[in-house]
Amino acid sequence: MISLIATRILSAIPVMGVVALIVFFMLRLSGDPAAILAGDTASSEQVDRIRVSLGLTKPLYEQFFGWIVQLLRFDLGTSLFTGLPVTTLIAQRIEPTAMLALTTIIFSVLVAVPMGVLAAWKSGGWIDRLVMVVCVLGFSVPVFVMGYFLIFNFAITLRWFPVQGYTSPFTDFGRFLTQITLPTLTLSFIYIALIARITRASVIEVLGEDYIRTARAKGQIELKVLFRHALKNAAVPIVTVIGLGVALLIGGVVVTESVYNIPGLGRLVVDAITRRDYPIIQGLILFFALIYVVLNLIIDIVYTLVDPRIRY
Amino acid sequence: MSAPAVTLPAARLTGLFPFLNRYPLVAIAGIVLSAIMLAAVLAPFMFTRDPTAIMPLQRLKPASELSWLGTDHLGRDVWSRLVYGARVSVLVGLSVAALSIGLGLVIGLVAGYIRWLDAIVMRVMDGLMAIPGILLAIALVSVSGASLMTVIIAIMVPEIPRVVRLVRSVVLTVREEPYVEAAVSVGTKLPLILIRHILPNCIPPLIVQATYVCASAMLTEAILSFLGAGTPPSIPSWGNMVAEGRLLFQIAPWNLLWPGVALAVTILSVNVLGDGLRDRLDPKLAKRM
Repeated sequence: MISLIATRILSAIPVMGVVALIVFFMLRLSGDPAAILAGDTASSEQVDRIRVSLGLTKPLYEQFFGWIVQLLRFDLGTSLFTGLPVTTLIAQRIEPTAMLALTTIIFSVLVAVPMGVLAAWKSGGWIDRLVMVVCVLGFSVPVFVMGYFLIFNFAITLRWFPVQGYTSPFTDFGRFLTQITLPTLTLSFIYIALIARITRASVIEVLGEDYIRTARAKGQIELKVLFRHALKNAAVPIVTVIGLGVALLIGGVVVTESVYNIPGLGRLVVDAITRRDYPIIQGLILFFALIYVVLNLIIDIVYTLVDPRIRY
Repeated sequence: MSAPAVTLPAARLTGLFPFLNRYPLVAIAGIVLSAIMLAAVLAPFMFTRDPTAIMPLQRLKPASELSWLGTDHLGRDVWSRLVYGARVSVLVGLSVAALSIGLGLVIGLVAGYIRWLDAIVMRVMDGLMAIPGILLAIALVSVSGASLMTVIIAIMVPEIPRVVRLVRSVVLTVREEPYVEAAVSVGTKLPLILIRHILPNCIPPLIVQATYVCASAMLTEAILSFLGAGTPPSIPSWGNMVAEGRLLFQIAPWNLLWPGVALAVTILSVNVLGDGLRDRLDPKLAKRM
């Protein structure tokens, strides 16, 4: 078992290595990295200074390994605009993003899984069709359109929720809840579509199995058959999609934070784009990729621990 | 799945019309998409004005006979911008779909068939997939400057791994088939095996995938423009319209409403069309979804 987990962890390292390689070469393939990092208004002396300070005059492989060593020390470079280390900026902004992601995942799973199970149970019926319509809509309506739709109806017209803003749950939990509701609903839409669809498909597949017939034959109540016997056995693809969907979630977070003016990592990205603060973009790509890889790694390991059928 | 079994063979035999009859939604989606594409191509003849003409006196006017959908904060006609904006969405959607499918197909075929390349290519794809698509696109646009071409490439790159994985999975199953082994045993050259025996198996799932890539590319273009890392603001695009409209959306909600509706309807139609094609071309996948 331990060797199994070790293999999984080891296999994640090359993925992160490739991510680092992509990020490293992206800046260099596009021309002179010093000129990009210095920005449009920099003088040629400033560009030269950056080139020397970043070691861009050294051979490429030396630059790459130097950068990797720097990364392994959790040094993501310094922001050009604020002069602060990127890691510090990430630490400052991580809380709102983490909270939004957490509320979205919890809400989406709570809504989407019963939705998918219900659709699978009444497969072909009107509930199923309704769920499928919600899913297609979820994949089609852009996050910001959803966001402004909710703001217009529930914040401006009905005045149930504030239009925008963020308060930490640790300072004022009630305020946090009213402010996080609309962003959570906005971001959840696509995630619910993703999870409900896969839940429906994998539960339909499981419902045809012998043990379901056995459970029903022995007089088990239908609710238990669905949620204990069927859902449990259909769990692997569902949990996988929840993990893979994190990539989708991160893209959505950037937009949602922008719509609701939430000072999280997404806003950090948007501010970095407008200021052409490349080290921040670079650092955040690495950071989000790491989160994605680690999360999916954890899910993988949990499988092997929980489900005896899975052996890599 | 709920349709009576009798209609199935009939639908398969007689082609398109019975199919559309059975799936009226797919037919509607097809009509809507054709209309949007036609409007994009014929934009100058769609009762439009110059979509970039600034008329300060006409700022933020609601819908009227003069401008059907109102005007924006610079007095530009929303209807004209909407029609010309369709050009960007259609162009981005189609070219990203074509390019990523084309490149992904070549990479997937080669990786799936040549074993030693497989490991390297798939690790690179794993790495690309670990980076959230929108962030990768943002980074690509921000290092290479905003232009429509950059936007298309930036959206295409994150889509490639999904296509490669799909093609590779087909190749891996097909390469063990007796007819491929027979071709190898009579000394058929590798490119010919790939093109004549393996490629045709990849086409149906790829057509379905192309529609999903197209929808997701339109969505990503809008998001990039919305965030200010996409199509240059001088070109009217739905994402740009939303980005500009959101600042004043409490005073002039139509600036946000129409491009939002246009985006949602277009992407919805592409997705419905994709689901329809999937049911027809790739029943195995359809069952799993």
